[in-house]
Amino acid sequence: MAQQRARVDAVIVGLGWAGSLMAEELTRAGLTVVALERGAWRDTTTDFPPAVDTDELRWSTRRGMLQPQAVETLTFRNRPDQGALPLRDWNCFQFGWNVGGAGTHWNGMTWRFKPYDFQPHTLTRRRYGDKKLADGLQVQDWGVSYDDLEPFYDRFERLAGTSGKAGNIQGQAQPGGNPFEGPRQRDYPLPPLQRTRACDLFDAGAAKLGLHSFPVPAGNTSGAYVNPLGVHMAPCTYCGYCEFFGCGNWSKSSPQACILPALKRRPNFSVLTQSEVLKVNLAADKKTATGVTFIDAAGRLWEQPADIVVISAYQMDNVRLMLLSGIGKPYDRASGTGVVGRNYAYQTISGASVFFEDEHLNPFIGAGALAQAVDDYNSDNFDHTHHDFIGGANMLIHSTNGRPIGMGGAVPPGTPRWGSDWKKAYRDSYQNSNSVYCQGTSYGHRDVYLDLDPTYTDRHGMPLLRVTFDWNENDARMAHFIADRAVEMGHAMGAKVVSRFEPTAKAFSPMDQLSSHTTGGAVMGADPTTSALNPYLQSWDVHNVFVAGASCFANNGGCNPTGTVAATTLWAAHAIKEQYLKNPGPLVKA
Amino acid sequence: MRKKTILGLGLPLLAIAVAAGGLLYRANDAARDRVADDRLKTADAAPPDAAAIQRGAYVAATADCAACHTAPGSAQAFAGGYPLKTPFGVLISSNITPDRETGIGDWTERDFFRAVRHGQSPHGPLYAAMPYNAYVKLTDQDMHDLWAYMRSQAPVHNHIVSNQLPFPFNIRLLNLGWNLLFFDNHPFQPKGEQSAEWNRGAYLVDGPGHCAACHTAKNPLGGDSSAYLQGGPLQGWYAPEIANNPHVGLGAWTVPEIAQYLKTGSNGRAVASGPMAEAVENSTQHLTDADLVAIATYLRTVPGSNTQAPGPLAADDARMRRGAQVYAVNCSACHEGRGQGVADMVTGFAGNPAVQSANPDSLVQTLLKGGRGAVTEANPTGAGMPAFGWKLNDADAAAVLTFIRNSWGNAAAPVTADQVAATRAALGAPAVVK
Repeated sequence: MAQQRARVDAVIVGLGWAGSLMAEELTRAGLTVVALERGAWRDTTTDFPPAVDTDELRWSTRRGMLQPQAVETLTFRNRPDQGALPLRDWNCFQFGWNVGGAGTHWNGMTWRFKPYDFQPHTLTRRRYGDKKLADGLQVQDWGVSYDDLEPFYDRFERLAGTSGKAGNIQGQAQPGGNPFEGPRQRDYPLPPLQRTRACDLFDAGAAKLGLHSFPVPAGNTSGAYVNPLGVHMAPCTYCGYCEFFGCGNWSKSSPQACILPALKRRPNFSVLTQSEVLKVNLAADKKTATGVTFIDAAGRLWEQPADIVVISAYQMDNVRLMLLSGIGKPYDRASGTGVVGRNYAYQTISGASVFFEDEHLNPFIGAGALAQAVDDYNSDNFDHTHHDFIGGANMLIHSTNGRPIGMGGAVPPGTPRWGSDWKKAYRDSYQNSNSVYCQGTSYGHRDVYLDLDPTYTDRHGMPLLRVTFDWNENDARMAHFIADRAVEMGHAMGAKVVSRFEPTAKAFSPMDQLSSHTTGGAVMGADPTTSALNPYLQSWDVHNVFVAGASCFANNGGCNPTGTVAATTLWAAHAIKEQYLKNPGPLVKA
Repeated sequence: MRKKTILGLGLPLLAIAVAAGGLLYRANDAARDRVADDRLKTADAAPPDAAAIQRGAYVAATADCAACHTAPGSAQAFAGGYPLKTPFGVLISSNITPDRETGIGDWTERDFFRAVRHGQSPHGPLYAAMPYNAYVKLTDQDMHDLWAYMRSQAPVHNHIVSNQLPFPFNIRLLNLGWNLLFFDNHPFQPKGEQSAEWNRGAYLVDGPGHCAACHTAKNPLGGDSSAYLQGGPLQGWYAPEIANNPHVGLGAWTVPEIAQYLKTGSNGRAVASGPMAEAVENSTQHLTDADLVAIATYLRTVPGSNTQAPGPLAADDARMRRGAQVYAVNCSACHEGRGQGVADMVTGFAGNPAVQSANPDSLVQTLLKGGRGAVTEANPTGAGMPAFGWKLNDADAAAVLTFIRNSWGNAAAPVTADQVAATRAALGAPAVVK
């Protein structure tokens, strides 16, 4: 029997970026908010202070900040006709397991999606006609436009202290920025990070090919900064220990560095750590939630009653919690009906490894998002009339780190994997290697989805989430085209060896570390037959449940998702404050 | 003959005793507190005077009552339980909520006045750890408002045994003698030749603010020395000079810089940490801008010590060379390459008077055990200094502190490895991990 806690206005499940931003908005509006986080409290001073040398083996190789598979994992298969098996070793899915969530250990790339990415169905049909879409593809609009989200992207960049260069301010092209981005109201709060030799080489290659290079927007501070909550950030030191690490210098955008110092001062906010939500409790009529049931570190069951439930855990956990709680109709592949688990997507990766001669790339000077990119082949930024796919990818070179263990595999093809020849090659490659890395769009497909596994359960006896995923035809064609472009870029940069990289040519394996960007499964949209959430991230079926995070993406864009996670969350928070609180009920008629 | 001798000796002794008695009486004379009512008890029902309570809350903030009378991490304001480590032993702060049994619920307003302004509680004389030697300057109006505020607090039943001092310091009556020696039993006297602002600042500094409690060095019996606001050691810290020496005091700070420091916990260079962070968090950040400017205006006129900047150590001194290496590896990521720090977040060393204090206790303590900047409404960041005690040995810790005290225009006596070792032992800081 669960013990009862005092009722609150809102309970937040998962205190990563989405949960922190939602909590900041709702507490500022005067609501009493309790956040439940299944991981532990972590902050800069106590958990990753600069007094402690950054330990690649602990944090990166052994992933000291991620949720271990022994605590919870997922099962995976490529196709619906296969059996799925649990993943029992570190893989490409990086579940945060601490206050701050994945926002603590991410790299910091803070992109906005392109206007096209939110309306791919409408805009594809308008430009290319009805027959452009490959069979099985589930391309659909988000029910929200880039212009709707722009103020919330802007708000997040201000909170996060993003470093970058605008390419389009209110329709005016800005030299040096990304000419393909949607119009912004103003420039980034901080100028771009310092440049590296790799950036210069990339720019020269882009110029030779007539492409438009620009600095990737970075959640790594190019200078000291104070955000709108009055929280200070210190300048990045370019140590390169970002991904899988907490930042000891208050230089990487994270809930710890940007939101929590202000949030934890508020008397109407509290957080319970090591508290795992097992389900959202529904009223008898299933139209509203009454709160959540969670289990604490000592194994005690608790019920937290609340007027509003915000589900803001990891993308896959959001979907799983909805399925476990009976919120929304599960996607059924056979009939093509149901919405929870539908339109799962991953990031379509391809590119080329490049090896120079007599360079000094000094990879030990870097930052999580210190990169130079082109967007000429992303989204619908180029004419697809003569291509057999939609979407595209950005292409970038990344000065992110020079970690001795992690870079050990970055040697030219044909090099032995150990022994003196490997050592000789690695010594040379350390200063000469990089890659042209392309992050592509990914669209929903009939055969790609999330559901509850019929066999395997977690330590509480509840079904694991089952992922059914393989590259779809559209995404594989796109990646093939993009890999060609990456090879061109490698040669244009003057690389001695260019090694093409096209993982989409074979079946996907989660054991390949291609990208951690995993989206969808509880998507937003204007049509309740194809989306689990309405355009305000509100469950179509249970009106006081809002689901924030990358699970709401109807498709993945050709870049990192965090900026869009934040913008959609802040957009939903705005709707809760301005509309829902005044008149609780469905914000959109189904 | 014998009788006469005794009489002969006795008369002067009697005269001395009478004179001493007179002084003792004057030192402990609380007649001024008779303005307060002596019938109504703190816990008695009475119509609340909302305006007085609001003013009283402000007086409580200026006097930082919560700092000592609320236990660390406790949600029960003013219920006592904070251990004050004095050179004579530990005192536990008392419960000053209106609980009749364990707090001050049965006190009258006059009892309250006498305790706060004269150290005379219904239970006997108070120890001077309760800064009545400063609070004696409080006006009747502020006292009245403060009592109204304390009456508005929720009573908390929390029994405290305050006096945990060893013999003979546990004898409360000794405090009467202490008062004779060190208690300046006078109300605040405004100086006519000074501005109203200056007088307000002086009142806040010497009265409720009780700045001298930490920033004026004490004599061996715990009384104030004559080096008023020129810095003093404090429980392993050093409260730096806040008089006008330009090298180690506030002589080079402007009035707005001082006010900003008290409001936000930082002024672009120095960041409050340790006990001063608590003072900023609990007290000074809540003061009005006008009062902070008044405090700063007054402090800028307090005569500074005559501490002179020594010649800086040569950059090629072995300690400086080693310190520079330790600094580059361990400190420069946050405190920056030239000791400039990060404005309002990470302490800047260059030109920071507290860094150049003759007494390096605060530096050694912070290096060994770490610290955290003040967390205020204006600046909630609270960036932390990690502990280096486990990482730096005594010689390297001394070298890096010597380096920051003698670089970028700074000049101060070197810190020795022996000083670090002594502080490490006194603080119970960990040894270096081998």
